[in-house]
Amino acid sequence: MYPSRFKYESPKTIAEAIKLLDAGKGEAKILAGGQSLVPMLKLRFAFPDQLVDINNIPGLDYIRFDADGSLHIGALVRHEHLEKSVEISKRQPTIAAAAPLVADPIVRARGTFVGSVCHADPQGDWAATMIALHGYVVVQGPKGKRNIEMKDFVLGPYATALNYNEIAIEAVIPAPKGVARGGYLKLERRVGDFATASVAVALDMNGDTVLGAGFALAGVGGKTIDANDAASALIGQKLTEATIAKAAALVAAKAEPRTDHRGSAEYKRHIIETFVKRILLANSAQKVA
Amino acid sequence: MSSLYEEINIAPASDVPVRQVTVYVNGEARTANVEPRLLLAHLLRQAFKLTGTHTGCDTTNCGACTVLFDGRPIKSCTMLAVQADGHKVETVEGLASASELHPLQEGFKQEHALQCGFCTPGMMMAAKALLEENLNPTEDEIRWALSGNLCRCTGYQNIVKAVLWAAEKMRAELN
Repeated sequence: MYPSRFKYESPKTIAEAIKLLDAGKGEAKILAGGQSLVPMLKLRFAFPDQLVDINNIPGLDYIRFDADGSLHIGALVRHEHLEKSVEISKRQPTIAAAAPLVADPIVRARGTFVGSVCHADPQGDWAATMIALHGYVVVQGPKGKRNIEMKDFVLGPYATALNYNEIAIEAVIPAPKGVARGGYLKLERRVGDFATASVAVALDMNGDTVLGAGFALAGVGGKTIDANDAASALIGQKLTEATIAKAAALVAAKAEPRTDHRGSAEYKRHIIETFVKRILLANSAQKVA
Repeated sequence: MSSLYEEINIAPASDVPVRQVTVYVNGEARTANVEPRLLLAHLLRQAFKLTGTHTGCDTTNCGACTVLFDGRPIKSCTMLAVQADGHKVETVEGLASASELHPLQEGFKQEHALQCGFCTPGMMMAAKALLEENLNPTEDEIRWALSGNLCRCTGYQNIVKAVLWAAEKMRAELN
């Protein structure tokens, strides 16, 4: 399969990339890892006039925890960098759990976190992770930088709040007040398939008391599902059988699964509830201690 | 360079500049003029006549087109040829030396790890990436590392055995 024709530029600076996007008037598209974009070009679901390849812009492949505890992920951080990062495995368990479940190992060697977020696939693992972690995206355009909260970033399937002349340069996960805990579970028929159902859980804990919590779902609706409201069942409480069951039921109620070849709607909702319980139980006092 | 576009059967458009790229393939600098939409897999196969890299599904699933790009495995049907300009690419043709097979190739032979052989080049390149990072992988680690490569003969058992065989041989060679 051949993509339709496009022009190609590989700028060396963000400023140059923005200039190219601006000149493209909406017909230019950023190419990062390309693991979603190139297949879409080949299937001709996407046919931009111009690709702006950012892979040759230095300094965008950082994974950085700032002194305040916030996590900054640059636009060229590949999935496998997060999967292999010792710091991530120590300090950001939701991302650490999701990283090895994204696509397959070869796609993870090339695809990027920020690119996946910008692709805004309703089944995307990172969009769900970003929602549960209350993350935001730093975007840069001709007028400078602005931050967009993840919940406002995705407008619909494959549609984001990015202007045509803006580029997402970084994803940020705000610092926890206590200790970051959490997890990510995905049911897929085989590696690389779209999720049958997946759950991101982010916890902010002080000892065994929950200070904050976030939940998001993928694969069980036409968009990434924000289930952060369910945090009300946990905040200020300990993770007990009762609070876990209540939170899991609230999260499962948010799912909008449809019966298809991956399973029935009831089955998918059941999986969501089970996954939430498993992650919370794994982070509860009896397991942590 | 018309041969590059034979399959498309139309000449490069005048408003899309053709670019000259130089790719270091298996240690050798190779140059071609490419249209930006040309995929790396097609550059290797059609311009460089390195047909060991197979194109299977053409949709980023099967991994038959796996090559190493600056040492990391990628699906070459999912990268543009222009992106490889100035980079190192290793294909299955680079595994064997003039006189000997690579331990992975020998392992595939010893353990009967290929039936139709179509997935084999991709399997070996993905396995090479694993062994470059971890020369003592468990069976489970091998299965994970090869989970982006499909074998439709479903000969996975022997493929895993072949990688274990190669790892053992490579460890022995180090000592």
